[in-house]
Amino acid sequence: MTGERSLPGAVPAEDEAPPILQIDGLTKRFAGGALALDNVSLQIRPGEIFALLGPNGAGKTTLIGAVCGLVRPTSGRIQAFGQDARRHWRAMRGRIGLVPQELGFDIFDTVWRQVRYSRGLFGRSPAADLLEEVLRSLSLWDKRDAQIRTLSGGMKRRVLIAKALAHEPDILFLDEPTAGVDVELRRDMWRQIAGLKARGVTIILTTHYLEEAEEMADRIGIMHRGRLLLVDDKRSMMKRLGRTEARFTLIRPLGAVPEPLADLPVELVDGGRVLLYRGGDGAGRGREHVAVLAQRLAEMGERFTAIEQRESSLEDIFMQFVDAEGTRAC
Amino acid sequence: MLNTRSTWAIYTNELARFRRTVFGSLVAPVLTTSLYFIVFGAAIGGRMDAIDGVAYGAFIVPGLLMLTLLSESTSNASFGIYMPRFTGSIYELLSAPVGATEILLGFVGAAATKSLVLAAIILLTARLFVDYSIAHPVLALLYVVLIATAFSLLGFLLGIWAEGFEKLQLVPLLILTPLTFLGGTFYSIGMLAEPWRMAAMLNPIVYLVSGLRWTFFGQADVPFATSLLMTLGFLAVCAGAVGLVFRTGWRLRS
Ligand SMILES: Nc1ncnc2c1ncn2[C@@H]1O[C@H](COP(=O)(O)OP(=O)(O)OP(=O)(O)O)[C@@H](O)[C@H]1O
Ligand SMILES: [Mg+2]
Repeated sequence: MTGERSLPGAVPAEDEAPPILQIDGLTKRFAGGALALDNVSLQIRPGEIFALLGPNGAGKTTLIGAVCGLVRPTSGRIQAFGQDARRHWRAMRGRIGLVPQELGFDIFDTVWRQVRYSRGLFGRSPAADLLEEVLRSLSLWDKRDAQIRTLSGGMKRRVLIAKALAHEPDILFLDEPTAGVDVELRRDMWRQIAGLKARGVTIILTTHYLEEAEEMADRIGIMHRGRLLLVDDKRSMMKRLGRTEARFTLIRPLGAVPEPLADLPVELVDGGRVLLYRGGDGAGRGREHVAVLAQRLAEMGERFTAIEQRESSLEDIFMQFVDAEGTRAC
Repeated sequence: MLNTRSTWAIYTNELARFRRTVFGSLVAPVLTTSLYFIVFGAAIGGRMDAIDGVAYGAFIVPGLLMLTLLSESTSNASFGIYMPRFTGSIYELLSAPVGATEILLGFVGAAATKSLVLAAIILLTARLFVDYSIAHPVLALLYVVLIATAFSLLGFLLGIWAEGFEKLQLVPLLILTPLTFLGGTFYSIGMLAEPWRMAAMLNPIVYLVSGLRWTFFGQADVPFATSLLMTLGFLAVCAGAVGLVFRTGWRLRS
């Protein structure tokens, strides 16, 4: 490596395995006229967890659908495992698993029969041991003889994951795996996904939660209106986009920002009753600053009744992008 | 290259689904057909003259068999492919390494299998009420398989086309059943007076019923070759339409 740091987002040329999935100029215009994918290009590295972030209607599900064979692309090219998807679709689909956004299965069937069916459907020989392991890892083994309709929503989602894993895919798509899942189950799901990565499965997931992407992903891609706006390493992405906002409600209103706080990005609002901090880098610096601020205020004898702190949400990030685009367009 | 494991998985999964609803899907049609045999075969049939030397009770066996085959094949296949579309589980089929051949062999094969099993049961049940024999059993079997396949293909198309449960029922109820009743299930076309006889010959089901009747009794309204050609033609049309559906991804892939 040279002393120069590569630009964030640029692909380092050396020490890179060829992409396991390569998408070039993918465009999808639906029959109704909606442009769901607008010239999307993306490379997925083997073994990584890639998080696709984007608001409702950004095109995340459509992108996944195009790779998995549910959506017919208008133009563009998809290659998986180094082979063209259009020509080698059979071999390729056999190695890809999909957990769809919407729950959809034969709810009168049992868990066990459904995972066995999934494995057979993907052309794999029966492997009861393997399916048992999959069900156990998802805490579904006790429910194997239960009809799917009798399971809770979170359990049903896990059945979908078990079905997608039944044929031992090398690439797994998870379309909003934690939608409608409680906090505890969500943490559990994150652990499952980390476990899959450890086994060498390449994972592409979509989410609306920045926190979730931050927790799990190696790289993050941001989609908006069918376009892939930015792809970056998680850390640089969080540095670039993550912002902390903290509001200190002061007992005694201040007229000006006191000298000891001048080195931090703070301002006074609400007639001096609230000290507002906006800064940080999404990698913990913001939280550090808030702690420092609290300490300095205490040292100065300035008492406060409340601290409200929040990390920038995905919506804030999209607003940044949309604003930036608007400025550029002018 | 055919993916036999996938095909088998679809086929057995479909049959398992039928088995879950065994009461409704087996008992109901058997009961209905038994009622026909009791009323038309045993009760009324006893007072009817033989048609072309065949006792009336026996005469209606092929027609009722055809009625069952047509409606069961169509509705089994249409529900079979409509259900995954309705529940959303179709995503799995579309993302699996299976093409038109595997999907068709699985779904159409299972639907045809089920209606053939049902036909066999009905044939045995008929034995309880009327006396009949089959003149050309091998031809009869082949013919019945052909019919079940053709109408399962039709049902498959219906299941792809339908956007609601009521549409699924539409074709069997409004087209197939009336045409089958008018198509000589309970009478010989030769018994009709002239304008009606001509009109009846426009009904394609006449040829199918007649074909099956020929395999039973060695005689029918139209030559067996004509019936066979009609059946094969119908099969070809359905197969062509299904092929088109898969090539264009119509109602399957967006
Ligand atoms: N089958 C379809 N026919 C027509 N338009 C569609 C179809 N599927 C999706 N769209 C449109 O394409 C766009 C992208 O939809 P998509 O489902 O990919 O978004 P998404 O990023 O997955 O959103 P969400 O976060 O809500 O799941 C939307 O405007 C949607 O209305
Ligand atoms: Mg989506």
